Amino acid sequence: MTELDFLDQPPRFLFFTGKGGVGKTSIACATAIQLADAGRQVLLVSTDPASNVGQVFGISIGNQITPIAAVAGLAALEIDPQAAAQAYRDRIVGPVRGVLPETVVKGIEEQLSGACTTEIAAFDEFTALLTDSTLTADYDHIIFDTAPTGHTIRLLQLPGAWTGFLDEGKGDASCLGPLAGLEKQRSQYKEAVDALADPQRSRLILVARAQQSTLREVARTHEELDAIGLTQQYLVVNGILPEAEAGQDSLAIAICQREQRALAEIPEVLKTLPLDCIELKPFNLVGLAALRQLLTTALLTSSVSEVATQAIQVPNLAKLVDEIAVDGHGLVMLMGKGGVGKTTLAAAVAVELAQRGLPVHLTTSDPAANLTETLNGVLDNLTVSRIDPHAETERYCQHVLESKGANLDAPGRALLEEDLRSPCTEEIAVFQAFSRIIREAGKKFVVMDTAPTGHTLLLLDATGAYHREVSRQMGSNSHYLTPMMQLQDPKQTKVLLVTLAETTPVLEAANLQADLRRAGIEPWAWVINNSVAATTVHSSLLRQRAANELQEIDAIVQQYAPRYAVVPLLREEPVGVDRLLELAGHH
Amino acid sequence: MSTIHIFDPALCCSTGVCGVDVDQQLVDFSADLDWAKQNGAQIERFNLAQQPMAFAENAVVKAFLERSGAEALPLILVDGEVALAGRYPNRTELARWTGMVATEEKSESGCCGGSRCC
Repeated sequence: MTELDFLDQPPRFLFFTGKGGVGKTSIACATAIQLADAGRQVLLVSTDPASNVGQVFGISIGNQITPIAAVAGLAALEIDPQAAAQAYRDRIVGPVRGVLPETVVKGIEEQLSGACTTEIAAFDEFTALLTDSTLTADYDHIIFDTAPTGHTIRLLQLPGAWTGFLDEGKGDASCLGPLAGLEKQRSQYKEAVDALADPQRSRLILVARAQQSTLREVARTHEELDAIGLTQQYLVVNGILPEAEAGQDSLAIAICQREQRALAEIPEVLKTLPLDCIELKPFNLVGLAALRQLLTTALLTSSVSEVATQAIQVPNLAKLVDEIAVDGHGLVMLMGKGGVGKTTLAAAVAVELAQRGLPVHLTTSDPAANLTETLNGVLDNLTVSRIDPHAETERYCQHVLESKGANLDAPGRALLEEDLRSPCTEEIAVFQAFSRIIREAGKKFVVMDTAPTGHTLLLLDATGAYHREVSRQMGSNSHYLTPMMQLQDPKQTKVLLVTLAETTPVLEAANLQADLRRAGIEPWAWVINNSVAATTVHSSLLRQRAANELQEIDAIVQQYAPRYAVVPLLREEPVGVDRLLELAGHH
Repeated sequence: MSTIHIFDPALCCSTGVCGVDVDQQLVDFSADLDWAKQNGAQIERFNLAQQPMAFAENAVVKAFLERSGAEALPLILVDGEVALAGRYPNRTELARWTGMVATEEKSESGCCGGSRCC
């Protein structure tokens, strides 16, 4: 049987966290099945937007506790964070619909459409499961395929935030907008946060892949949640390519080496955590039998076939850049979830454009600046800069205190300083740095690996609407251009959505596309990164992965992308001009 | 003592630090409000995005919204009657409405009292 550390004497609550696509839902499912098989009563809670929990067990689950007939002792529940946020908006807005003027109601709804609202609404649903004993008394274990973020917990812990807020229903403290519609009492939220921070009751399992960037992100999550009191943490590295698989397949050998190196150079703060490695399996994680095998450490026989799967014929990145280059200048934004390779692809696009003799400014907010630093000064017409979120936030706070806070007395200043510590401040600060740089796109190419979040875009849209109103009143000759107007104009801005050819990342990119469309921004192309299908492979595990990718690529082309490019998984990290050109398909 | 009710436009947060450009009016008013409360004033603030029911249930406020729209906020009521609209009150006004003994506009406590001397 298994000897995985994270399953050793599990407490009542288990939280799996990690970025989309690392397999946390599959591991959560497998854990739930294993504990139920061992005779425990288990409740599995999924908030995955691509939840396949129902599919796995062949029943529809939804937002109510549903017994799983196929596994004795197991029940499941699916929480849809978007639906929770909608229900929550309805709770606030519903009573005044038809009572207050229509435009006023629309304005309120817009204010409640941010990411914070979704996060808080989802936590609201959690709270009952963590604290309501009548609901969960029958279960020995409750397993969540997600965990609240540090942001949410901090929001709920803000000193003074609750004072007179829920008790009296009067909100003075800042950043409590999303909390306004919460139904439960302050004591219940406190109890929920306490349960999370109690090592006797809660265990947090960080799920990652053996990739530097993913491990770095997990290290940040670890530190953030550790600081808040969630100290019982375990690390699981999923989907490791077994060394036996490498054989004569040069790509498989390179992947093995890269993964081993990433594990050897694991961030310092993660080294003290108990670590479990789960190997890549040669089967899809659908169905009970497959999930029961996921957590076994026994080596499965795998083979290197004489037959190779040939690389598929797809448009490469250089082809997309040809089309971008025609305009001579403009803003190119690479957007997508963390870890899909935005920085690398931004660098590749910038180098491709510069190689054609065009003036290019590449700017990144990636904390690991190694890749872009190596490009500085290499090509004459390529400049490289970096937006450092911490430095920007610091500068922004100083600026606000010195300008807007100049005439305040000491208590007033202290109040403003406390408000500036809100999580929104960093977003706004980064957005300001961003707006400064995108103005250059009128003369040259500006390529960015960063973009404002949906929440910032909404704030931005509010100012955009205001400026449209101003220019309407001033007549059509106005040359006023807001950042939002620049982002919405396809002549000036091209958004490239970056994704991987895997279920969850594709779904996340599709959601991002829907969000952008809501803000009037139409993504110009999709870039599918790290594709095994775009390479020639012998290893049976990799051939299987290539076959799975084809379905995803097909879905992207058929359903989502107006145009697309596929970037193959490379043997080595693409550092330097030559390797970036190779990545783009330049020969 | 009179009671002051402030009806804010739809704000993400009451000091406005979450805005793309920090609104000086909101920063100043947050400080003034804090000051007035410290001095015992009875002031309640309602945010349109958070407590729309407070707007809908008050006939004066509701009529104001219908006539002038959310753009005309903030609206300030003193004992239920319109005292000010379209801007936030200053300390003198707050003191007068609540019958507080108006202290100096800016407190002079310590060398840091709003000046840039330190």
